[in-house]
Amino acid sequence: MNSPIRFSPSSLKEGRWYEYVVRFALGGAATIVTGIISSRFGASVGGLFLALPAIFCASATLIEKHETRRKREAGLEGERRGQEAAALDAAGAGLGAFGMFSFAGVYWLLVQSSSIAAFVGASMAWLVVSVAAWFVRRKMRNARRIRMEENASGPALSRSRSD
Amino acid sequence: MTEYVIRFLVGGVVVSAFAMLGDVLRPKSFAGLFGAAPSVALATLGIAIYQHGALYAALQSRAMMAGAIALGIYSVVVCQLLVRARMRALPATLLSLIVWLSAAFGLWAIIGGQA
Repeated sequence: MNSPIRFSPSSLKEGRWYEYVVRFALGGAATIVTGIISSRFGASVGGLFLALPAIFCASATLIEKHETRRKREAGLEGERRGQEAAALDAAGAGLGAFGMFSFAGVYWLLVQSSSIAAFVGASMAWLVVSVAAWFVRRKMRNARRIRMEENASGPALSRSRSD
Repeated sequence: MTEYVIRFLVGGVVVSAFAMLGDVLRPKSFAGLFGAAPSVALATLGIAIYQHGALYAALQSRAMMAGAIALGIYSVVVCQLLVRARMRALPATLLSLIVWLSAAFGLWAIIGGQA
């Protein structure tokens, strides 16, 4: 069975150098802000901000921009496709949130026994749960599509059988 | 000051690494998983253990679970704003941060959040 997941290194060429700088700066800034919030308002409030989608804003905007540009270069209406690409990214992030929840849960359970085990276990939990959530959603979508196709062709089929 | 420089560099490197991984993976919905990668958490929790100990990191990760549920709600709202309201990505993602903040602090209060 072919894997639906592909590796496309050429996508990196679409990005401009300053886009990488912006993401690096946003990542660094988000880490500093989380540290400041933790030291000012306590570990618990700071912990909430470990899941802040600060970088997601930049990522979704870049995806929209790249997709819009690609479609315009192909002579197509790019704006709508750009929005759809960003929406797909958001849907993926929604599934990734299950993984992030698992990461936090496993880390919480293990960190007081061993910090290394906590990092390794939590990272594995994130990867396994995120990927599993994505495959489950894909399977459900495929099953729904097949059902809809069957429903659409069903009456026509039964009519032709009764003719 | 040194602490902030280290935080900035570690956070920048980890976030960029996950973002680039998301860039090269297809389909887009799969790449989106990396938009919810615990990149800031990986950078912050290591520093938290080094500076304050395991109990402090445990408190942070417990609260992070509420943040993660809020992230799920946030992603659904962003998706709806882009598809149904046809908003552009930047205003949709920024506006939805209100939803993330409300959900995160609401859940945090429900689980008996304490500083």
